[in-house]
Amino acid sequence: MSKMTIGEILQKYPFSMSYFVENKLDIDGHEYETFQEFLGGFDQEQVEDLAMDKKELQENLEIFINQMNEFLGIKEDMGVKSLTILPGNDKSGEPEGFNELTINTSQIISIVGPTGAGKSRLLADIEWTAQKDTPTGRSILINGELPDKKWRFSSNNKLVAQLSQNMNFVMDLTVMEFLQLHAESRLVEDIEETIERIIQAANSLAGEKFQLDTPVTALSGGQSRALMIADTAILSSSPIVLIDEIENAGIDRRKALNLLIDEDKIVLMATHDPTLALIADKRIIIKNGGISKIIETTEEEKEILQELEKIDAFVQAMRISLRQGESLSR
Amino acid sequence: MNLVIFSGPPSSGKTSIILKTIEAMRTRDLQVGVVKFDCLSTDDDILYEKAGIPVKKGLSGALCPDHYFASNIEEVVQWGRKAGLDLLITESAGLCNRCSPYIKSIMGVCVIDNLSGINTPKKIGPMLKAADIVVITKGDIVSQAEREVFASKVNSVNPKAMTMHINGLTGQGAFELSTLLYEEDQELETVTGMELRYPMPSALCSYCLGETRIGDAFQMGNVRKIELGEIDE
Repeated sequence: MSKMTIGEILQKYPFSMSYFVENKLDIDGHEYETFQEFLGGFDQEQVEDLAMDKKELQENLEIFINQMNEFLGIKEDMGVKSLTILPGNDKSGEPEGFNELTINTSQIISIVGPTGAGKSRLLADIEWTAQKDTPTGRSILINGELPDKKWRFSSNNKLVAQLSQNMNFVMDLTVMEFLQLHAESRLVEDIEETIERIIQAANSLAGEKFQLDTPVTALSGGQSRALMIADTAILSSSPIVLIDEIENAGIDRRKALNLLIDEDKIVLMATHDPTLALIADKRIIIKNGGISKIIETTEEEKEILQELEKIDAFVQAMRISLRQGESLSR
Repeated sequence: MNLVIFSGPPSSGKTSIILKTIEAMRTRDLQVGVVKFDCLSTDDDILYEKAGIPVKKGLSGALCPDHYFASNIEEVVQWGRKAGLDLLITESAGLCNRCSPYIKSIMGVCVIDNLSGINTPKKIGPMLKAADIVVITKGDIVSQAEREVFASKVNSVNPKAMTMHINGLTGQGAFELSTLLYEEDQELETVTGMELRYPMPSALCSYCLGETRIGDAFQMGNVRKIELGEIDE
C-alpha cells in the first residue's frame, strides 16, 4: 500500500475517503502522490498545530482498510444463524433452571422479570460472547460453535443492536440525511434503494406518514420508533436485536416484529405487555440474576393472545378516529 | 502495581465508568485506588470515598491541567505503591481536546459519549486518537443508528483501539472492561524516564504569565493571529 498513490488507494478502496475526511486530511489535488509523500508536505509547525502523528496516520490507514475489507467480507456472509445460551449461576450461586437455549434467526424470545433481576447482565453476556468468564458463568455459542473473538473487540461488528423506550434521535439532520449517513457508515452499495426500503417500511409501521425533509428530532414518538425499528432491521449490521418494551402508541407492533423477522434477525424482547410477550414462542424468566426457567407459550396462551389483539385493534381504531377528528361511537 | 490512565471530555461519564468498573472487580480481591485530576474543583473524590475506594485529588488551579498531570504523575505512582494498590487509575478531563495525558506502554482509556455529536471524534485530538481503549457512553438514550455512526467515526480516527459501549448507569459492559485493565505479571515501579505519547501544545505568551490587558502592546512570546481575510464586496 505504501507504493500506491492516493488516487489508486481511493479507486481500489472507495471507503478510504472517510478515513481522510475524519482525520481532516485534504487530499484534493494530491491524487498522484503516495500517502507518505502527501504527509511529507506538512511542516513541523503544521504537524504541531494539527496535533498530527504521521507515523500513526500511515499505520492506521492500513489497519482501517484491512478492517473495512474484512467487514465487507462479513456482510456478504452474515454468518450468524443461531445463538445458544448455556447455563451458569444466579447471584446466590444456584445453577440456572435450564439446560440449553438455542435461538435461530427469525425467532422471537421474550424476557420477563422485575427491574434489576439481571436482564442487563444477560444482554451483556450475549454481547461479550461470555465463555464462563463473566459473573454468571454462562457460555454463549454462535452457530453452535465457540464464537469468533471479533465479536468482542471490533467496533464495527457488534453482535447486539438495541431498541429501547428511552432512545431518542439527537442528530441535527433530516430523515434523508440521517439515513444517508448511516448507510454510508455501513458501506452500503445502493444507498438510494436502501433508503427507499427503510422509508416504506417505517411508513407502514407508523400511524402518520413522514417526509424525507423532516428533521429526525421533530418526528412524533410513533414516527421515531417506526424509523428506529425499520432502520435497525434493514441497516444495522448486528444479527441480534434486543427490544426493551415498545410502547403501544402510534405504531403497529406486530408489523414491527415481522419486519425484524423478515430481515433474519434474532429477536430478544424484554416486556411485561402480554400482547408482546405471548407473540414469542418461549419466554425467559429472570430472577435473582439468573434464568430461573424457560416457559413455552401454551395453546391456551396463544388463544388469550388472539383476544388481546382484538382489544388492541379496538383501541387502535379509536385512536385513529380521534386523530382524524371524528366522533367515537359504539 | 498496574497503572491505567483514563481521560475524556468533561461530563462524558469517566467517574461513573470507573466506579462501575471497580465494582465489577470486587470479587477479584484487588486493591484499586484512584487519583482524580481536575482544574478548579471536583467533588468526584467524595463519590469514590463513598464507594470505599482510596482516592486523592489534584487540582491544577491556574496551571494547564495536563501539564500539571505530567509533572505530578511520578509522585502519584509512588503514593499508589505506598498505599499498597494493585491497580492505580488516574482520571483527568481533557479541557482543550488537544492534550492527552497518555504515557507510552501505560494503558490509556478515552471515555466519550454519544450525546457529544457525530463530529466530536474529528474534533478531539490525541486524547482519542492515541487511546488503547475507547469507551462510548450514554448509548441507552440515542438510537441504534446513531450509536453505529458514532462508533464508525471513532473507528476511522483510531482504528487500532478497541471500542466498547458501556452504560454508566446500569454498568452494562463495565465488567467486560474490568477484565482488560489488570495484568498480574506487570509490576510498575516508576514512570520516570517514560514518555508521553504525544507532546502537549507549545505555549508561553504574555497571557500565560498573568497579563490581563488586551491589545497588541501587551502581547509577547508565542502569539498567533486569526486569519479573517478581506470582506467581500
